[in-house]
Amino acid sequence: MDFADLIQILAATVRLSVPLIFTALAGLYAERSGIFDIGLEGKMLFSAFSAASVATVTGSPWLGLFAGILTGVLLSLLHGFASITQRGNQIISGVAINFIASGLTILLGNAWFGQGGRTPQLPNTARFTEISLPFAADIAPIPFLGPLYSGLVSGQNILVYLAFLAVPFTWWVLYRTRFGLRVRAVGENPGAVDTAGISVAWLRYRALICCGILAGFAGTYLSIAQSAGFIREMSAGKGYIALAALVFAKWKPLNVLLTCLLFGFLDAASIRLQGIILPGIGEVPVQLIQALPYILTVILLAGFIGKAIPPKAGGVPYVKER
Amino acid sequence: MSVPLGTLPRWVNFGLLPLINVAVAFALSGLVVLFIGENPIEAVKYLVAGALGDGEGIAFTLYYATNFIFTGLAVAVAFHGGLFNIGGEGQVYLGGLGVAFAALTLDRYMPWYVTAVFATAAAFAFGAAWAFIPAWLQAKRGSHIVITTIMFNFIAAALMVYLLVNVIKQPGNMSPQTRLFEEGGQLPKLGWLMQVFGLDIGAAPFNVSFLIALVAALAVWLLIWRTRFGYEIRTMGTNATAAVYAGIPYVKTVVITMLISGGLSGMMALNPVMGDAGKLQIDFPAGAGFVGIAVALMGRSHPVGIIIASILFGVLYQGGAALAFDMPNISREVIILIQGLVILFAGALEHMFRPALIVLFAPKPKSVAASSAGAA
Repeated sequence: MDFADLIQILAATVRLSVPLIFTALAGLYAERSGIFDIGLEGKMLFSAFSAASVATVTGSPWLGLFAGILTGVLLSLLHGFASITQRGNQIISGVAINFIASGLTILLGNAWFGQGGRTPQLPNTARFTEISLPFAADIAPIPFLGPLYSGLVSGQNILVYLAFLAVPFTWWVLYRTRFGLRVRAVGENPGAVDTAGISVAWLRYRALICCGILAGFAGTYLSIAQSAGFIREMSAGKGYIALAALVFAKWKPLNVLLTCLLFGFLDAASIRLQGIILPGIGEVPVQLIQALPYILTVILLAGFIGKAIPPKAGGVPYVKER
Repeated sequence: MSVPLGTLPRWVNFGLLPLINVAVAFALSGLVVLFIGENPIEAVKYLVAGALGDGEGIAFTLYYATNFIFTGLAVAVAFHGGLFNIGGEGQVYLGGLGVAFAALTLDRYMPWYVTAVFATAAAFAFGAAWAFIPAWLQAKRGSHIVITTIMFNFIAAALMVYLLVNVIKQPGNMSPQTRLFEEGGQLPKLGWLMQVFGLDIGAAPFNVSFLIALVAALAVWLLIWRTRFGYEIRTMGTNATAAVYAGIPYVKTVVITMLISGGLSGMMALNPVMGDAGKLQIDFPAGAGFVGIAVALMGRSHPVGIIIASILFGVLYQGGAALAFDMPNISREVIILIQGLVILFAGALEHMFRPALIVLFAPKPKSVAASSAGAA
């Protein structure tokens, strides 16, 4: 394996971790406000479908992105209605959203486009395509730095850069704004927030809207940036991996970035390592590498490597009166 | 938001309210069908005709229902203990490994009813074992059981693919599956039972595991409502703190509840592996572990409710295939949508219509009763 291979693996890592970063940050807003969100998978899937459908019809990736975000927000509001207003079980609501997304995307896709749940192949003009950063071609010949810049930093699509910007932005929102302070407070002790005269329900709804927007970005990335159209079940468990990443990151934005990059790297490596025999170890089972994010998360949850302490009020509907 | 006070009569609480919730879910599904330009009433006709129109359809419906009874019972037992076992899918998968071990070991030497006993025990043991770690982590280390059981679903999928591809694949066969079980490793079909009703089973894989499922439902009813341990499970589910004060051991109760839940999930594997395919294949659970959530919610975690809900979902699964054939515009996945809506309305939004029903049906509280209820 030489340097060019390494750059390729790293580039694949970045591409594979972007949907995880968006989705895990989405979950971060929800869970920090005290709302468990198992429905991330469904939100991502449905957003991917909306983005691809609208991009197909209008030919504009930006309208596709808008549709993806709108879908994410609407599903978040449904989750909010069930778990905040109706004080239903948040886990069950999330599971329901996953099923609704899984069934409805194929049903609508099949009825609208008649391709068994796929959307038609998109032309590049209707997608978010790779952007070449300035001087990428010029410094490519320079050893080490050249390939790093032209192969890894440059040549990604706009959503990739947005994902990496979303991390510090989320950190800033959560730790440096009044809204962020309140979101963190309402996830730990909603009673105290209520006593201060702030609406717990409205605060949680706003956190869920943030969650929906980010899930919309994740879905849009899947269908019209990484691929050229929607494929049935294209989220393929990424929402659950993002959930695992969120737990693994102990609900902190910068940890989310690192964890998603690690999980993305494992994904990229498992594709590369297929059938390759490593010296001294033998053939590494691909399935083991694929299962590693889940295994690591369980070990972390068990408290064997540090302690993952979820927001204290998570999963508990807030009851004001009586 | 102020919720009207008052208790509902039993028939409203356990009959009308769940019925309304499920009806709303189906009505919304009908609207979606209307939205994509098809007639929902026609769709229901095709669906029912496909599921209940002839003996083969009914037998297929009951075959699917068998799966859902097992997984529904599994989710329900955990619900009674206040635990959410979302890991049915993985437990079913591992249960299949147990079934395959028993069948592959015994099928050449034993008649099916001997193999079935060992296979049932192995399925229960393997499913329970897969639920053990999440249960122990929840009880001892406080790890959230929902997250760990989800993780264990994915770990189970990876493990089973690895085992099927690299370890127990039949040599010389391209596809990752075990060899076909001999007759001693296959559960007989229930053609005779269909014949009692004058129906022909056709090619449907409706088999003995349906009867095992009914026995399991009875056993769960006895366990939950007629044993001391069942009482402890329900107490823990209602109020874990009170249960601990009453001297109910928390760790033991959580772990055993989850072992039973996982074991019931594992037993589902009997139906597709030993009753239908006669071999262990990749992805054989096919989402049945998750259907159990919908079934348990719809059946209000009661074995009778679960059997009724399972048959309804059996109708959906069998009829959905016929529907997709007759109305190509409606794909089979409409049943996943219905499933989702049932989970939403019978689960997360189960109390949405309660205030209205209380206004309609609750006996008017006397003034003394009202003031004491207000203070509580």
